[in-house]
Amino acid sequence: MALLEVNGLTIYFHTRNGLVKAVDDVSFAVDAGETLAIVGESGSGKSVTCYSLLDLLPKPPAVIEAGTALFDGEDLLTCHPARMREIRGSDIAVIFQDPMTSLNPFISIGEQLIEPLIYHQNKTQRKDRKTARKMAIDLLDEVGIINPEARFDCYPHEFSGGMRQRVMIAMALINQPGLLICDEPTTALDVTIQAQILELIKKLQKTRDVAVIFISHDLGVVAGIADKVMVMCDGTVREAGDTAQIFYHSENDYTKKLLAAIPEGAKVQPNRAEKHKPLVEVSHLKTYFSDSSKASDGKQFIKAVDDVSLNIQRGEILGLVGESGSGKSTLGRSILQLAPTTSGTVIFDGTVLGDLSPKQLVPWRRRMQMIFQDPYASLNPRMTVYETLSEPLLYHGLANSNTIDQQVRQLMDDVGLAHSQMRKYPHEFSGGQRQRIAIGRAIATRPELIIADEPVSALDVTIQAQILDLILALVERHNLTMLFISHDLSVVRYISDRVMVMNKGVIVESAETETLWANPQQEYTRQLLKAIPLADPKQERMRIGNI
Amino acid sequence: MVADNLQQQEECGTSLWQDAWVKLSKNYLALFGLGILCLLTVVSLLTPWIAPYGYEEQNLLLGATGPSLDHWLGTDIFGRDMLTRIMYGGRVSLTVGFIATAVALLIGVLWGAIAGFVGGRTDAVMMRIVDIMYALPFMIFIVLLMVVFGRNILLLFLAIGAVEWLTMARIVRSQVMALRKQEFVEAAHSLGLSEWTIIRRHIIPNTLGPVIVYTTLTIPSVMLLEAFLSFLGLGIQPPQSSWGLLINYGVETMEEYPWLLIFPGIALSLTLFALNFLGDGLRDALDPRTAKD
Amino acid sequence: MLRFALNRLLQAIPVLLIVISATFLLVHSAPGGPFSADKAVPPEVIKALEAQYNLDQPLWQQYVSYLGDVLRGDFGPSFKYSGRTVNELIAAGLPATAELALYAMLVALVIGISAGVVAAMRPNSMQDYLPMSAAMLGICMPSFLLGPLLVLVFGIHLEWLPVSGWGDIPGDKIMPSITLGTGYAAYIARLSRGGMLEVLSQDYIRTARAKGLSERSIIFKHALRGGLIPVVAFLGPAFAGLLGGSFVVETIFQIPGLGRFYVQAAFNRDYTMILGMTIFFATLIIFFNLLSDMLAIWLNPKLRQQAGGNN
Repeated sequence: MALLEVNGLTIYFHTRNGLVKAVDDVSFAVDAGETLAIVGESGSGKSVTCYSLLDLLPKPPAVIEAGTALFDGEDLLTCHPARMREIRGSDIAVIFQDPMTSLNPFISIGEQLIEPLIYHQNKTQRKDRKTARKMAIDLLDEVGIINPEARFDCYPHEFSGGMRQRVMIAMALINQPGLLICDEPTTALDVTIQAQILELIKKLQKTRDVAVIFISHDLGVVAGIADKVMVMCDGTVREAGDTAQIFYHSENDYTKKLLAAIPEGAKVQPNRAEKHKPLVEVSHLKTYFSDSSKASDGKQFIKAVDDVSLNIQRGEILGLVGESGSGKSTLGRSILQLAPTTSGTVIFDGTVLGDLSPKQLVPWRRRMQMIFQDPYASLNPRMTVYETLSEPLLYHGLANSNTIDQQVRQLMDDVGLAHSQMRKYPHEFSGGQRQRIAIGRAIATRPELIIADEPVSALDVTIQAQILDLILALVERHNLTMLFISHDLSVVRYISDRVMVMNKGVIVESAETETLWANPQQEYTRQLLKAIPLADPKQERMRIGNI
Repeated sequence: MVADNLQQQEECGTSLWQDAWVKLSKNYLALFGLGILCLLTVVSLLTPWIAPYGYEEQNLLLGATGPSLDHWLGTDIFGRDMLTRIMYGGRVSLTVGFIATAVALLIGVLWGAIAGFVGGRTDAVMMRIVDIMYALPFMIFIVLLMVVFGRNILLLFLAIGAVEWLTMARIVRSQVMALRKQEFVEAAHSLGLSEWTIIRRHIIPNTLGPVIVYTTLTIPSVMLLEAFLSFLGLGIQPPQSSWGLLINYGVETMEEYPWLLIFPGIALSLTLFALNFLGDGLRDALDPRTAKD
Repeated sequence: MLRFALNRLLQAIPVLLIVISATFLLVHSAPGGPFSADKAVPPEVIKALEAQYNLDQPLWQQYVSYLGDVLRGDFGPSFKYSGRTVNELIAAGLPATAELALYAMLVALVIGISAGVVAAMRPNSMQDYLPMSAAMLGICMPSFLLGPLLVLVFGIHLEWLPVSGWGDIPGDKIMPSITLGTGYAAYIARLSRGGMLEVLSQDYIRTARAKGLSERSIIFKHALRGGLIPVVAFLGPAFAGLLGGSFVVETIFQIPGLGRFYVQAAFNRDYTMILGMTIFFATLIIFFNLLSDMLAIWLNPKLRQQAGGNN
């Protein structure tokens, strides 16, 4: 008998626009000790499904219309709240997505760890403080926290993201649950940390014989650890089966679309870089920020960009890759003179940008633009699409009241938006559409250089593929030069001619894309490349290693 | 694709303001507040023409009487009609409310906007001043001012406004600072737009929301302060009257003629109620978090 | 923590100096001296009195000598109550006002926080609407309205409670405390409801729930600490408000406290009284603000460590 058996689960939400079906007739089963991956894009209902099992959904907006969820024979959906509290944390545990917000900042991690032991609903299983503390410290050690004895009384803000996630894992496993639900546990982590956490979960699952439901939007992440996969879209199950079947032999259109959308392999388009004079020359650029957070006696600086020199050739797409805090965004902004540089020069088409006053810089700004990461935050919420797109054209005198209409329409065609949407506001569009508007604004002034700062990181993988292709098409059509910044190596490989790896403000390595992939010279690059999750179960299992 | 486009009608978008209005119109308490505010403003403007009796019209033979058909809200010890006095009192209270709020608005918005936009040392100094003033016993200073310089209604406006601008400055500053970090403002910079254009087209429209909310919430705060001062005898002076003053008179004779206290009290409380509900409703309606999706 | 406190105290000194100077200038620029109100006093006597109180000296001299006195803790003699010093009068009025403020603050905190937490536990239900409507009422009914109404109902009609005095008749402290505290209770109720709702929507509360903790534990152990932050931030301004509010309450209930003295001093142009009490109040408020700031920092582990230096 399966440990967890869900049948016909249907959940509605009361929204401003009426009743919305979030989960539609979903059924699945998980056996003891096995890992089920639930994969889907945003809005697929994967998280809602799992939260409903533990009654973690806010009940007024959410309504569980139908279905049963038998855990060890007991229906979770109809059990008494007191019984549910017994099950939570002891029989079924959860690890959440964002380690930065999922731990109580006011209570020490040690205290949060031993809570499930001390306040266990089943009074016979309650431990006293001393025993609980010992168990917690042992478990902290097991999940890889160094010096657990000393760290026991520390607060969450004293740990890094990866460390906090380890603490969360410890907190979930402390009562030896039979089922562990992981809700996108690695999405908010850097790729190298992600790899470590995946390894940890895999290891713990084996040693503690825990069933795992692993929710993710990333097929690559689950390829290595899942036994079975369930693909969801718009609240329904599109396909379910064991891993090999889903990845290698899928017949389902949606699954195939998902798999196809994952950027894989080398860039297809030819390298259009012109070999002679570079468009952008950066020399010994330093951007330091003063550090006001710590009680600093001397001058504490955050060296966001620490002595970087690079060239961007005309016509090329240069990829800039790094983890969070590497300084890649700051570098992009520094080149564009949007961040105050401390020293060094940026030369654009022969002119030193730093020498120009803000007023003199205006005609140069026309020639270099930026695409930002967050498609909502990068558009003025009170301006229509028309106003956003026409603003640069009118301001720089590239259009007058006669031609503006036609030019805006042309821009919308360029980025694939219907003219009828012209008078709408950003909040009425989806994330992908908003990014198209942002791209439209960036190319409006016919720039020569575009710096794209994580332009697809906030998008679902299928939309991501569309936007990447759009960018490639525009680069070719308008003869653009691009600096493409991202933390996602696969995306960078798909789109860049040349790649630079950045870490802690310094360029670690730089080479043609395929050369870098085939033959990374630096250890850091090797680590990064090794950590990329591939949507290929066989390879992933080899990578994570035999436990 | 292009042919399709030509045939399609342009669809109208709903702006965030329209969104907010829809939300507000569903909030009955807020609408009630708005209604009361409008009613009050109209009545106050028209008072000299629609008040049933003259303001100073005494009827010493009548003396203080309870509510009756002739005098809906009764009369005071000089036989003056209470309804009339409350209407005139409301006129003054409301005027003080609006003008002092305008003063607070002007100073607060300018202060906060400059501090928020310029940033750096200027901001640090300006906000330090705000912090210090926040900590001072302002009530005490106002009392002092009123005593020292006499009970001048102009001074009253300035004094009250000078107390209330602090909160407005803080709110505007935090909003402006948050906006400056927003990517669409960065995008505007990268497009080469001038500082003034950015302020005009991007910062101001996005700051209006909180400003409107807190202006609406400042008015009752100001009215309360004026009533407080008038009650102590330090605000509006006779022959003018405000609700605070009326309440003061009412307290003196409340044992024998409780309605002299109760009716002005209801007038004041009801107005404050209405304005606070309106302000709350506006805050909920204009909250950008719920407007997103 | 200690360094932080010392730092703030040092910052408070220039503020106090500004307060003293501003008040001094303000008071002395008032038209008419302290004795001009008494019309029956002949001019020679006024001159003599002015000489006695040093009012015939140039302004800056008066300022310097006053400053010197203040630093020694001497606020000088009262102008109106001849033979008594300001210090004496402050000492006489302080106990009543201090008690009143304390009780009012207790009323405000206990009622306010309970109402707010209860409302936040079940938002948009009756459990929420009732306390919050009552809170709105409390905000819209100022103390000078509530006080007399309470006196009318409970003092005069029902005759349950005494209507004046402080400490003379048992029970005479009830109505003044409630009158003064209600407005603040209402405000604190709204603040704590808002703070609790904000915290209850945080991820870490979901984590606590997923661990199987009881609702009680979630509310009191996990949510309260973060949810009360807005209340703690409000403590400073609340204290300042309570002092100001005491003017009205003490007047209505005939309480011999500092508030009433202050209002009378203002009307009487009792210079030294006004100066002394203003400085006294300002000092209290600054000190209280410091305490509440320190409390706010202490409650937040991250800020606590930053303030306390490196571990």
